[in-house]
Amino acid sequence: MPVIATTALTKRYPRVTALDELTVEVGSGVTGLVGANGAGKSTLLKILLGLIAPTAGSAIVLGHDVVTGGEAVRALVGYMPEHDCLPPDVSATEFVVHLGQMSGLPADAARERAADVLRHVGLDEARYRPMGGYSTGMKQRVKLAQALAHDPQLVLLDEPTNGLDPAGRDEMLAVVRRIGTEFGIPVLITSHLLGELESVCDHIVVLDGGRLLRSESKAALTGETGVLAVEVRDLSGRDRLVAALARAGARARPDGPLVLVEIAGDETYDLVRDTIAELGLGLVRVEQHRHRLEEVFNV
Amino acid sequence: MSDQLPRGGVIHDIGYRHYTGPRLGRMAITQALMVSSLRHAYGIGRTGKAKVMPVLLFAVMVVPVVIIVGIENLMQFDEPQLLPVDYIFLLQPVIALYLASQAPQLFSRDLRYRSIVLYLARPPRRTDYALAKLTALVLALMVLIGVPLFILYVGALLAKYDFVDMSKQFAAGLVVALLVSILLAAIGGLIAAATPRRGFAVAAIIAVLIVSFTAVITTTAILDPEGDMSSTAARYASLGSPFSLARTVGTFLLRDHRENDWMPTTEQGLVFVGVYLLVVGLCVWGVNARYAKVARG
Repeated sequence: MPVIATTALTKRYPRVTALDELTVEVGSGVTGLVGANGAGKSTLLKILLGLIAPTAGSAIVLGHDVVTGGEAVRALVGYMPEHDCLPPDVSATEFVVHLGQMSGLPADAARERAADVLRHVGLDEARYRPMGGYSTGMKQRVKLAQALAHDPQLVLLDEPTNGLDPAGRDEMLAVVRRIGTEFGIPVLITSHLLGELESVCDHIVVLDGGRLLRSESKAALTGETGVLAVEVRDLSGRDRLVAALARAGARARPDGPLVLVEIAGDETYDLVRDTIAELGLGLVRVEQHRHRLEEVFNV
Repeated sequence: MSDQLPRGGVIHDIGYRHYTGPRLGRMAITQALMVSSLRHAYGIGRTGKAKVMPVLLFAVMVVPVVIIVGIENLMQFDEPQLLPVDYIFLLQPVIALYLASQAPQLFSRDLRYRSIVLYLARPPRRTDYALAKLTALVLALMVLIGVPLFILYVGALLAKYDFVDMSKQFAAGLVVALLVSILLAAIGGLIAAATPRRGFAVAAIIAVLIVSFTAVITTTAILDPEGDMSSTAARYASLGSPFSLARTVGTFLLRDHRENDWMPTTEQGLVFVGVYLLVVGLCVWGVNARYAKVARG
């Protein structure tokens, strides 16, 4: 049974259609929900939580209809909103304990869980200080911790990497990955930064203007194209490499600073290596050229 | 060194632990929210700064009664110098200040910092949230008003005034205190929930209470120059402020009035009860509607 299943889910506002007949399924593991701003990601999450009612269609989350069973859904789901939502005058520990109780945990259990999840998200001694003095990275960790406080069966993370520096983003994504694999909790994570979802998601759903653009496993979406991307130092080197590869019978073309070579078989790798060595070019990198999500997105 | 046993300091990563214990229902969660809100209304579990106002105002409410009780017991008056009901109205500015300082704490804070979203994403419905907050504010006001009344009652008993009379007065005081608390909590809650800006809410609550109070005093003085409250118009002027409204409802319901007070006729009394219920109902509905709008956000 899928964790989330929507059927012709539609949400119309007086002037815009936020979701347009969206039919999609989300399973276990980490699922990325990708789309530009205004694509309907946040609207979808709010409908899945039963906070707003769809105009038409239905959504089933963990076996409960979101319209009639919103309360049951919210008891089982953890939600991390996109924007700031932390009061500055209490400590992270107090706040997460309180929200654990608000999800139905008895006080003692909430305290124990809060200590656990704050450790998992990597918030150390700071958890006893008022949250007003926290950095963006620390705040994002608390927001993630509160979504895990009640040991949910699904977490919805709305742009968890928003406002983080590259190191903070990597750490956040590593925790998200752990939630989906090690903790065994299905994750639906939204982002408009497409590249970052590649590294953590098993499955990617692309929304555009409220409509489903694609829903595929990441392997299918970013599968190998059979093209090798080679970068050598300076552009004249690039042109010499393209010419030499063409003479040797390989299909190659320049693409920006890169040379794209169609992979005919294992011998293509040898050919590229030998050609570069013969020409005495400085090799910067050789890699499998994959569809970037950006390309998928620009379809 | 190597033969020393490892001590303390070793952190075992026991991995993620799932929770298998009990999960409470909506009612229990709402109750927990009510209790934590009530604690917050007195600054418990908040920063030291947040404790200053409620504790200070609580002291202002309690200290005069302690002095009065002391004097009563020392001087051996024939009868108590202060009626519980009168005490509420004597210190209404203090009660108003408490409402203005704490209602925004309970209602505006979650809106201002948008932590309301985290509550809405959890099992309790927005109605549960609104009612838990309103109940917490009613109880906080009851503590503020009830504790001095209780001290006054105990003091009166120590001074050996008539037990039955004192108990009746105390009970009447508590009923009026409850009427005042419910009405103030509803009005203060609505104003505070309407704005995420704490300062606005504080100013608006003070303004509403002081303006209405002053208006009622002035209107009554103009309509009732003899000061015997015989004029019907002057009586209805008491509808204009929460304190006088709640007091008149109390007088009517308890059939309890003294020489410096007036007894509404049945018709007048029913109008006061009707207006009281209408105002409370509208405010509670307003608070709820406000959160409905926030949830759609």
